[in-house]
Amino acid sequence: MKNYFFFRSVFGVALFLFFFSILSANAAETIKIGVPGAHTGDLASYGLPTVKAAQLVVKDVNAKGGILGRKVELIIEDEACKPELASNAATKLVSGKVDAVIGHICSGATKAALRTYKDAKIIVISPSATSPELTLSGQYPNFFRTIGSDAVQAKLVSDFAVKTLKFTKFAVIHDKGDYGKGFAEYAKKYIEECKNTHVALFEGITAGAVDYSAIVQKIKHSGAEAVIYGGYHPEAASVVQQMRKKGMKTLFISDDGVKDNTFIKVAGQYAEGVYASGPRDTTNNPLAIAAIDAHRKAYGTEPGAFYLNAYSATIAILNAISKAKSTQYEAVAKALRGNKVDTPLGKISFDKKGDALGVGFSMYLVKNGAYVELK
Amino acid sequence: MKITAELKKSFYIALWFILLTFPIMVIRVNTIEQIVIWRWVNLLYVGIGSFVLSFLWQLFLKKKSRSVQTIGTKPSPLRRLLYEPKFNRPALVVIAIFTIIFPFIFSHYQVNIMTTALIYVMLGLGLNIEVGLAGLLDLGYVAFYAVGAYSYALLNYHFGLGFWTLLPVGAILAAFFGILIGLPVLRLRGDYLAIVTLGFAEIIRLILENWNTFSFGPSGISNIPRPGLFGIKLNSEQSAIYMYYLLVIFCLLAIFVVHRLKNSRIGRAWNALREDELACQAAGIDKTRTKLTAFALGATWAGMAGVLFAAKTTFINPASFTFLESAMILSIVVLGGMGSIIGVVIAALAIILLPEYLRVFSDYRMILFGAVLITMMIFRPQGIIADMRKKYESHKTSGSKIKGIDQNG
Amino acid sequence: MNYFGELFFSGLTRGSIYALLALGYTMVYGILQLINFAHGEIYMIGAFTALIVASVLTVKGFSSIAILVLAAVVAVVYSAAYGYTVEKIAYKPLRQAPRLSPLISAIGMSIFLQNYIMLAQTSDFLPYPNLLPPIPLFNRFSNIIGPSELSIVLTSAILMILLTLFIKFTKTGKAMRATAQDKEMAMLVGVNVNRVISTTFIIGSALAAIGGILIASHTGRINFYIGFSAGIKAFTAAVLGGIGSIPGAMLGGLVLGLAESFATGYISSDYEDVFAFALLVLILIFKPSGLLGRANNQKV
Repeated sequence: MKNYFFFRSVFGVALFLFFFSILSANAAETIKIGVPGAHTGDLASYGLPTVKAAQLVVKDVNAKGGILGRKVELIIEDEACKPELASNAATKLVSGKVDAVIGHICSGATKAALRTYKDAKIIVISPSATSPELTLSGQYPNFFRTIGSDAVQAKLVSDFAVKTLKFTKFAVIHDKGDYGKGFAEYAKKYIEECKNTHVALFEGITAGAVDYSAIVQKIKHSGAEAVIYGGYHPEAASVVQQMRKKGMKTLFISDDGVKDNTFIKVAGQYAEGVYASGPRDTTNNPLAIAAIDAHRKAYGTEPGAFYLNAYSATIAILNAISKAKSTQYEAVAKALRGNKVDTPLGKISFDKKGDALGVGFSMYLVKNGAYVELK
Repeated sequence: MKITAELKKSFYIALWFILLTFPIMVIRVNTIEQIVIWRWVNLLYVGIGSFVLSFLWQLFLKKKSRSVQTIGTKPSPLRRLLYEPKFNRPALVVIAIFTIIFPFIFSHYQVNIMTTALIYVMLGLGLNIEVGLAGLLDLGYVAFYAVGAYSYALLNYHFGLGFWTLLPVGAILAAFFGILIGLPVLRLRGDYLAIVTLGFAEIIRLILENWNTFSFGPSGISNIPRPGLFGIKLNSEQSAIYMYYLLVIFCLLAIFVVHRLKNSRIGRAWNALREDELACQAAGIDKTRTKLTAFALGATWAGMAGVLFAAKTTFINPASFTFLESAMILSIVVLGGMGSIIGVVIAALAIILLPEYLRVFSDYRMILFGAVLITMMIFRPQGIIADMRKKYESHKTSGSKIKGIDQNG
Repeated sequence: MNYFGELFFSGLTRGSIYALLALGYTMVYGILQLINFAHGEIYMIGAFTALIVASVLTVKGFSSIAILVLAAVVAVVYSAAYGYTVEKIAYKPLRQAPRLSPLISAIGMSIFLQNYIMLAQTSDFLPYPNLLPPIPLFNRFSNIIGPSELSIVLTSAILMILLTLFIKFTKTGKAMRATAQDKEMAMLVGVNVNRVISTTFIIGSALAAIGGILIASHTGRINFYIGFSAGIKAFTAAVLGGIGSIPGAMLGGLVLGLAESFATGYISSDYEDVFAFALLVLILIFKPSGLLGRANNQKV
């Protein structure tokens, strides 16, 4: 019931916005925020939670009268994480005169679209694009993100594995994706920089394959003491299950893509003892609790991937606009960098390159069916 | 005729669909929290929807079977518009003017998606050589597109070569890959050929994805330069317009070349090959050469389209070259009417532009696309514009104009 | 040697699933000369239906064996119904159409069904309960072959034997073979070709549903997209074995599964799919109609 209602209402709102934008000449009075991302195709599950987060925040803000006396309006664009569609979506948003953008979801799509936004002087905040190049290259002064880069995370994970757990022999596995492979390569680099450590196996698995027992056997054969996995939770859950079912006790250490409660539910008892890095614990943060509750109330389900990051991104940009008292590019960018804002991820602001300060990572361990932060 | 009988049938069909979609549409489970949600209202919508649709379906099917008997007695208005000089000259002038002033009356975004659509026109025309003219079912056409795009991106990155140098290089490399793929599959026919080409395309995509030191892997290559115009610096809007005109020129070139090829000696050899391989050999046509030229010439256009694509988006990664892309290009060729140039152009514009304008329906976009593919095939399997064979024997056009195109394969 | 054995069994598991799915492709191809691209989606729908039924029954508190049986039965029935309906809508009106039309219509159907599940259910990955019964007897060997792998291999083997017997000895099976050989001739001798085609789709879809349940239980997750990649692989297996040939599909599935497994084990899993497709190309170069396919002599 509820779900159907959701589709109908989204559809209705979309239709309304369409006619509204055609007919109404004073549409410029709203603050327009573009939300491009993968909403169809195989990566839709990483893109849709961002739309929901943005909608919930905006509904909240509009109910309180908007910002700067103007209502906020979302323009949602699907690009299926494909570079060419992303650059089309970007030109569409630019033509539609959006004031800021929350997205894109995938690093590849973000790279393809950023140049268009940069030329048009539009601020982009991504909840999920983690490629280090996006901020480190310094090419995109208009880019911000509410998630740490792969490099930061890989450093934390490899340090943890080498210095805290004191392992020397690793198998580094990834899902061949932009995110997973990037993470795995950095992890491999950092491990090889340490003394007396080496990577016995570095390989990619095929996401969506029917079975992973061959690679599991290979991990076992390599004699690695620990597996470092770069990728998302669906494949990680399969690999861990098959490792444990074969009686292997090799430790499994992974990234933010795995630090998701769905992983524990899917892998069940086999998730026990898995380490994963993730954003610092937010369960005591009242804003995070409220954000998750709002999602449950509106959609009847648990929020999906990057939900809190997107929620924080939306809050951050709206806050910056209200602090800057305008939607002008330089002022908003300055406000983003200069002001700390309370979000579900904690108090955050942004550094010169666009990475969020205050969005750090911690290591987590699955203990009795839940992630426990290690301090 | 018998409306009540039809209504009754529609009613049973609606009932069947209610039963069929029951678990998927009504029940929604949350396997994590063990909650089950029942959405009974959906049943009503499915029932009404399938009732109306099945009624219309039967109506149109009947209409279609009736119209099959009367086909060809009178040329359709569309056909007259296309082929009679009285109509098509003014139409061409209007289209030409529209094409030229398009970037100045529409926004940056419109120009951009039109450019994308024109890239697909080129791809469609190229694949049309393989599938439409020579009857070689290629499910991996996107491989050549990838070769073109990556040859521009990589050679530019490593050697700093420019767009105009690399355009022919990309085309030649793609043609080379066309021959490379063509050679081992010479003995294969029909669907075996289809799966092997699909396999080749996947192999190329997987290599691009995995071989980081060569292709930068899944993170792709960014900051590919846009083509220059005598050293003038263009901003993004101007260069979008420049890309648009470039693609218009290349599409015209493609149309011209394919049109000339179609009625040339090699074009007739392709036709013969498509209709009957054995008879074709018996008639003294060199099968190997004919097939390989089809692959090479088809691939050339994809290679050029790839270079243009890389220059337009300025970023490429392997995600743009999946099987779905090949399926899309193939749909363009089949929907347009195999072998028909105008049909392919119209279909490419429709398939790429419609989903863009259907963005309002966001979530429902792809499901509609699937449904359109099915209905088009059922109600117009010969495509939007069925190909007309050039006739050499007489000028009196008799009734059976459209015959002959559906006997291939 | 032990390593070899482990890889062998993991290849066998993979191969059995490919074979089960490949059977659907090959049977349809044998009779209609059509690549049924929507077959992978039927497999996904089967797994989804079983998941829905199993969840409802779990909430209602049924025992695990009852859940397995009921979920499997419902999933098989529904997949068969979907297969039947897909044929009636997307392929039947196109019997006389040009060769490529049903192919495009199949691609359209595949896109349609994927998005149908995504819209009506969810785009997220869902955890899939392990419906397969644990086999304690084999725990000793669990480092070589686990209980779920074993049930996959055994179930597939039984189904394939049953199918072979069915095709060989029943009247419907004979009619299917006759139709595959020559449709017009079969019609002339009194075979109801339309019914044979429907039966083919129903059997193929039912097998796909069982494959879906087995593999989703094994990997423990599902979303609307799982049918696509599995479908392409299974289709490759069918062609490898000689499309149209039922033993060929079984052999093709096993060869492909084993090849992938050994490629992963001894070379690198980075390129496992590359090896799979390269193997296909190689075999087709030397045997253009697949491993067990009948050479198709062409006549003018």
